[in-house]
Amino acid sequence: MVRKKSASDMTLSIVAYAVLLFLAVIMIYPFWNLIIISFNDGIDSLKGGLTVWPRVFTFENYAYVFKDSRLVAAFRVTVFRTVIVTVGSTLVTSMFAFAVSRRNLRFRKTYMKVCTVTMYVSAGLIPNFLLMQSLHLVNTFWVFVFPALFNAYNMIIYRSFFDNLPEGLLEAAKIDGAGEYRTFFSVVLPVSKPVIATLALFTAVTEWNDWFKGAIYIKSPSLVPLPTLLRQIINTNAMSQLMAQMGGTASEKMSESNISTRSLSAATIIISTIPIIAVYPFLQKYFASGVMLGAVKG
Amino acid sequence: MSKQKIDKKAGIGTTGAGSKLKSQLALQTMVLPGLILILLFSYVPLSGIVVAFKDYNIYKGILASPWVGLKHFETFFKSRNFIEIMRNTLAISSLKLLFGFPAPIILAILLNEVRNIRNRRIFQTITYMPHFVSWVVVAGMLTTLLSVDGGTVNTILTKLKIVKDPVNFLSSPQYFWAILVSANVWKSTGFNAIIFMAAISGINPELYEAASLDGASRFKQIFVITLPSILTQIVIVLILNVSNILNAGFDDILLLTNNGDNSILMSVADVIDTYVYRIGIKAQRFSFATAAGLFKSVINILMLLFANAVSRKLGDVSLW
Repeated sequence: MVRKKSASDMTLSIVAYAVLLFLAVIMIYPFWNLIIISFNDGIDSLKGGLTVWPRVFTFENYAYVFKDSRLVAAFRVTVFRTVIVTVGSTLVTSMFAFAVSRRNLRFRKTYMKVCTVTMYVSAGLIPNFLLMQSLHLVNTFWVFVFPALFNAYNMIIYRSFFDNLPEGLLEAAKIDGAGEYRTFFSVVLPVSKPVIATLALFTAVTEWNDWFKGAIYIKSPSLVPLPTLLRQIINTNAMSQLMAQMGGTASEKMSESNISTRSLSAATIIISTIPIIAVYPFLQKYFASGVMLGAVKG
Repeated sequence: MSKQKIDKKAGIGTTGAGSKLKSQLALQTMVLPGLILILLFSYVPLSGIVVAFKDYNIYKGILASPWVGLKHFETFFKSRNFIEIMRNTLAISSLKLLFGFPAPIILAILLNEVRNIRNRRIFQTITYMPHFVSWVVVAGMLTTLLSVDGGTVNTILTKLKIVKDPVNFLSSPQYFWAILVSANVWKSTGFNAIIFMAAISGINPELYEAASLDGASRFKQIFVITLPSILTQIVIVLILNVSNILNAGFDDILLLTNNGDNSILMSVADVIDTYVYRIGIKAQRFSFATAAGLFKSVINILMLLFANAVSRKLGDVSLW
């Protein structure tokens, strides 16, 4: 009886491990595939069949990316945008949340309602586009920044975190004669690290990955963010594949070097992904608890 | 004067009226930046919805453009595209629901069966990862993996003799939905499992002990303990999914159809949101596109109210 039971449990464990290992391979392989192409000679990779290991190893693709002025400019735009929005949005959103978590704030119910309505009702793409036009934000760096400085969902999560802070903490600050700002910056923020780390990470990832604002609002090449440029490169790659397949002579080889659009797009993808992959395991311990908080309160 | 008013309201307190007022002022200034941003970027555009009922002219501006009533809605409903777009929207989001909704629940249960904490964490880290990369990157991966000339998928399929000639997956309408849905499941399952992992970790371990004393195998415990215990979370996620039925996707579709320019794919790929983008931003028919977008938003809100009401009736679970 007991033996039989443990045998069935054993099977379950083995099945669970087997399935998860298979999933892990599926999750990792697409990254691996791009990594080997990015380290392979550009012309050689056009032959295809690069599945497990580079055939003709080279750093040339990366060297090319770091020299390409378009890519360097795009990288800079994305870094600035991500840093400014992450810091700004964390500050504006958490400050708002702190204020509405205080019971003595006048109109706090109104403020909450004004904010939550926007989570369910949105005007849609075109009215937003027309607004950016009339505010003259189109084709400026600030179109990335201002609309992203407040986030209603994050506000709700910050607020539920602040609501659960021990009453005594704020009382102590008050007795020490600290004003609201000092209480917020030197008492509340330091104890809110998990939730700040989580939401800042999510904001940063959203900004880092966004290609759409760059595609519809930006015209000058110097303001194009990395994902938007990356999309153009990938499209060129897809188009040239299509051309080549249709029997055209359009070659995927780029003029003067051993780089092809395929190897270039692989190297750019890897470079643009590394910062995220590098940062998030460090924040993971925070965000498991942070997300749970949002999920429970959700 | 206002100082007196607040003074009265404040009643007894250890701190003086002056500091009450100062604290109120401080709190109000903390709200102010956020409030201005909400009003400017969420409420002002709402008033821009009126262009759906006007013939918007860039030179006249929103106010001076002539009213046309429901003209744009009629044109939208009667257009040849409408049926196709609605079919694509409903088909794609139903498929996403069908595969994307159960996958995270299954993953959470599988992860829970890994009793070694370190191994479990490794699997979790790996399965979350795709959530953090951009759709641009995912589209780039798919272009590479599914490439006709020697992409990994075609290499494997031809080596195993499943197909004779490499398949051009990304330009064939018959594969588009499958590719789109698989990519979505790949990207979102790990992250969406977090909420279920959290719920499972909150289950009282005594329940499992009692069940195993009664002779229930771990496989059976999944069905008699784990699943019933996380039912609330399952229902909430289902409500949210169902109410999003008209949000069939946007980034993923645009990026896999070359920004909506791949005309071979558009017959199966064009959904309401991509249509609004193509007609509105690319063709600059602002009024018509706003009408199509508004149609979607109204249905979405009705769906949310409906799904929430049903689940409140059936299971006492509600979003608000």
